Amino acid sequence: MIRMLAKSIREYKMASILTPIFVVLEVVMEVLLPFLMANLIDYGVSGNGGKGDMDYIVKTGLMLVAVAFAALIFGALSGKFAAQASAGFAKNLRHDMFYKIQDYSFSNIDKFSSSSLVTRLTTDVTNVQNAFQMIIRVAVRAPFMMIFAMIMSFNVNMSLSWTFVAFIPFIAIALAIVMRLAHPIFTRVFKTYDKLNNVVQENLHGIRVVKSFVREDHEVEKFGKISDIIYKDFSKAEKIIAFNMPVMQISVYSCILIISWFAAQFIVGGSMTTGELISMMTYVMQILMSLMFISMTMVMIIMSKASGDRIAEVLSEEIDLKNTDKPLEKVKDGSIVFDNVSFSYSKNKDKLCLKNLNLTIKSGETVGIIGGTGSSKSSLVQLIPRLYDVTEGSIIVGGEDVRKYDIEVIRDNVAMVLQKNVLFSGTIKENLRWGDPNATDEDIVRVCKLAQAEDFIERMPDKYDTYIEQGGTNVSGGQRQRLCIARALLKKPKILILDDSTSAVDTKTDKLIRKAFLEEIPDTTKIIIAQRVSSVQDADKIIVMDKGRIDAVGTHEELLKNNKIYAEVYNSQQKGSEDNG
Amino acid sequence: MAKAGKGQRLKNPSKVIKRLLSYLKGYRLRFIVVLVCIVMSAAASALSSMFMQTLIDDYIMPLMGSDNPDFSNLLRAIIIMAAALLIGALAGLAYNRIMVVISQGIQKKIRDQLFAHMQTLPIKYFDTHAHGDIMSRYTNDIDTLRQMMSASLPQMFASAITIITVFVAMLTLNLYLTLFVLLFVAVMLFVTKIIATGSARNFVAQQRELGDVNGFIEEMINGQKVIKVFCHEEATKEEFDRKNEALCKSATAANTYANILMPILNNLGNLQYVLIAMVGGALAIFGVAPITLGIIAAFLPLSKNFTRPFSEISQQLNAVIMALAGAERIFELMDEESEHDEGYVTLVNAKYDKDDNIVESDERTQMWAWKHPHGDGTVTYTKLCGEIVMKDVDFGYDENKIVLHDISLTADKGQKVAFVGATGAGKTTITNLINRFYDIADGKIRYDGININKIRKTDLRKSLGIVLQDVHLFTGTVRENIRYGKLDASDEEVIAAAKLANAHDFISMLPDGYDTVITGDGGQLSQGQCQLISIARAIIADPPVMILDEATSSIDTRTEAIVQKGMDGLMYGRTVFVIAHRLSTVRNSDMIMVLELGRIIERGTHDELINQKGKYYQLYTGAFELS
Repeated sequence: MIRMLAKSIREYKMASILTPIFVVLEVVMEVLLPFLMANLIDYGVSGNGGKGDMDYIVKTGLMLVAVAFAALIFGALSGKFAAQASAGFAKNLRHDMFYKIQDYSFSNIDKFSSSSLVTRLTTDVTNVQNAFQMIIRVAVRAPFMMIFAMIMSFNVNMSLSWTFVAFIPFIAIALAIVMRLAHPIFTRVFKTYDKLNNVVQENLHGIRVVKSFVREDHEVEKFGKISDIIYKDFSKAEKIIAFNMPVMQISVYSCILIISWFAAQFIVGGSMTTGELISMMTYVMQILMSLMFISMTMVMIIMSKASGDRIAEVLSEEIDLKNTDKPLEKVKDGSIVFDNVSFSYSKNKDKLCLKNLNLTIKSGETVGIIGGTGSSKSSLVQLIPRLYDVTEGSIIVGGEDVRKYDIEVIRDNVAMVLQKNVLFSGTIKENLRWGDPNATDEDIVRVCKLAQAEDFIERMPDKYDTYIEQGGTNVSGGQRQRLCIARALLKKPKILILDDSTSAVDTKTDKLIRKAFLEEIPDTTKIIIAQRVSSVQDADKIIVMDKGRIDAVGTHEELLKNNKIYAEVYNSQQKGSEDNG
Repeated sequence: MAKAGKGQRLKNPSKVIKRLLSYLKGYRLRFIVVLVCIVMSAAASALSSMFMQTLIDDYIMPLMGSDNPDFSNLLRAIIIMAAALLIGALAGLAYNRIMVVISQGIQKKIRDQLFAHMQTLPIKYFDTHAHGDIMSRYTNDIDTLRQMMSASLPQMFASAITIITVFVAMLTLNLYLTLFVLLFVAVMLFVTKIIATGSARNFVAQQRELGDVNGFIEEMINGQKVIKVFCHEEATKEEFDRKNEALCKSATAANTYANILMPILNNLGNLQYVLIAMVGGALAIFGVAPITLGIIAAFLPLSKNFTRPFSEISQQLNAVIMALAGAERIFELMDEESEHDEGYVTLVNAKYDKDDNIVESDERTQMWAWKHPHGDGTVTYTKLCGEIVMKDVDFGYDENKIVLHDISLTADKGQKVAFVGATGAGKTTITNLINRFYDIADGKIRYDGININKIRKTDLRKSLGIVLQDVHLFTGTVRENIRYGKLDASDEEVIAAAKLANAHDFISMLPDGYDTVITGDGGQLSQGQCQLISIARAIIADPPVMILDEATSSIDTRTEAIVQKGMDGLMYGRTVFVIAHRLSTVRNSDMIMVLELGRIIERGTHDELINQKGKYYQLYTGAFELS
């Protein structure tokens, strides 16, 4: 995981290395301070036979001031570089993940789900960023501080130094136990938090359902149960963590008292000076405090490990749709052949949602697909632009297997209007130009006329410059569908697939769209999934899907005569409308 | 997306603090113990630094030069100190642990109250507030509040105590040195203020950019499949890089300020340490003030202990301000007015007694009745039939903008009433008035002859089954989702409902059948399948009145016909309101209302309306477009 993430440091490697260097320099300065201080006291204040040596005080004092200033500057520099390194690292992480996701296939996206990808790109990156900053600053500072302070203290007084060396394993073991006990509880708590947030989120979105079914109490109870688990676990973990402080305090206090006892005897015995005692005391504090910091950073790092793992998962995900070595760059025509195609989303051959499909569509044909909810109509057409790969068999477009084409080429030639379609925040023009970034205004007007969208766009205050809100909430469902069709048309595709894309468009407009298709883009193969028979009845061929199989293929008249499902669908819609329509 | 305390100013901090303190009520005794323990712990820490002075001046210096020093006094002093420090450390442990209970307890209480209150808010609140913003109160705001209570507050209190005790200790040692330290503290506070201001400014910028980047990520990732279909990856990457770069810049600036504060304060502390040694040394040498070596030795750590809490407090201050801003937002939500409910008519199980009068029953009968208490103490019972009458109803989401005008209609028991009209004509709004998601501005709605304002909202809604346009399923198994309509439904009932909704077949095909866990908003199911489950959920509730708002819009017509057949059987004798875009869905209704701009412009049966050759006829023949 760490190696995976470390790849994203890149141009911030310099700052990431400079930070710990300046941290170490700052530590060196800080450790020098008590040492010089001891000299100041021993040779300055109590020097000259106890009368004091002002010259020495000034000389050492100025040196001390210089050292303190140096520490200040090193410290500030390390802070600055740490900020650069961590913010840059976070930027690169987001960048790498975002780019990687752009390469994801549909099944890669399905595997993670959109909402989880969003969390990984946002919250998890922030967590890792904080941990990274912690590592290059505090996690470097504390051990170095400990080592340097240790060296200095041994330098000052060997035998006294052993006293606090004795305490280090005690503290280390105690802190390790505390962490060992608390960590699993913390990880559990964070998982429970996710659940809690999920309940809140679902209640926000589904508040009408909750209120309609009068389930407020039920929801409050559900929330309360999870809230209670968090309360219990969190309290338990924090109560354990609370032991950190007294362990530290008792160690520090014990060291002070023990050193006091022996130092008093040494000083009286003449083998030690008062200044040395004072610097010893400072080193005790420095060493034990850095141990404390080490334990704190460990907790932080461990907590962010989960986030790091989740990011690494995104980055290391194997992309299951890849270009072949020498991909074809041109699609000859819009003919499609399904050759014994089976397909399963889970790659599990027992759960096939398409079974042994055979089908031939000529270039320029109009094909209608009709079938019940869950009959795998969408799955069928999603295989054509290679949004998913077949599990068995092959799909041949323009005479070649779709897997032989460059992915971008095949998708540009097979335009698909998805069932769950999305417009993005931006003007109508900007949204349409997704189909072709170089489209002229005339091109745009032309496709909008084709998709019967021109009328309502012209009626809007800013026409083609009307701003679409996120998710396209400020246009109606029917308008949104027509904009999506126009957007797809702008690609000038060889094959156009409409996956239930006119369901919110009224029958008359629907008819006009199909008429325009027939007249204006006769060479494009058109595949139309619809629930309305009227949307497909004049197609060259209609496919009736049932439970992942092709139940029948034929023209409207043929199917009406020979196919039970088709006739039933037709009758359910046509009752009474013939004589009135 | 709004983030907690994003550069916003506190409106009334003292009020927020007072309200937070009120949560301490149940913990009064424990809180006092905490305060006492903090004082003890801080005193112990001050004592330990003062001990240096005693050690040098009282126990080392007098013995200097003696041939046979007697350390028994020192031993006694050390033992006394050890006892005192041990007590201090234990007090520290005690207050930390008690504080955990208090802060977690309060956090839980606030969280639960917040959620419970949120459930009582009117629909209007959810319509007018961004979900992300409400959500952040549960995540960011409560979390910053918890951190403040469990970490910042005790720390700040301990710091304050330390400052006081150390100040007193310093004064007893030497006045001049104390004054010098005070001067230095002033310098430190000044530096802190400068850095903190810069930090705050850049922090706001960072939050704004972060919101921008996260918003972009959210929109793009959710539309990722469309991006792929249009091979729009490169353009998206470009836009992303631009935003990401801007965030990196402001994040670097904000973090730089935050990062340099501590080293600067720390080393200013060191600088002060040095200067005191020099000044103290000078004072001692020139004999300006009675200063001993012990005093200097003790003063040095004391001065550090004095300035450290100041930098600690300045570090925590930001956290406290953020937490208070968060608390204010939490309380704001808690103070939102709940849905009004002045209803007193309730729904009870009923049966006929010997004389054919309706009486209340304790058992679950198949019969329901409205229990209507009157001013004179009598109670009448009205059988629940499902007859709904609207008379001259006006309504506007905003008082000045009426969107429904003079709506009058009668839905008799067992009738199917349909609403047809363009988007925004007010179809859904009418049904929202029946279940009182919104209250009407003028006119009357009667349910079985009772003004619905008199009916308790929960009972009113229990008597209505609603399948909404936007399907919302909850995380849980399919079974649990269907059971949402009737919590005590048996497995057989669940399956029967699913069969009626024609959902049984595909549910059986799911990996774990009825125990398949649905996550998010039914992500792995198709739109139509989600609708079928939500229909099953309404069926199992078995209400006398059903409202189907575009309930079958994503279901193919053949399946719809099957579902309808099943429902027709079930709904026999029940009142049904249907909103549909597809005219085939509404054709067999007893009454079809055509709405335009908030008014009913045509009404009648399908045949009547066709014969009228009005709007409905135009719609039906495709001469007019519904958008």
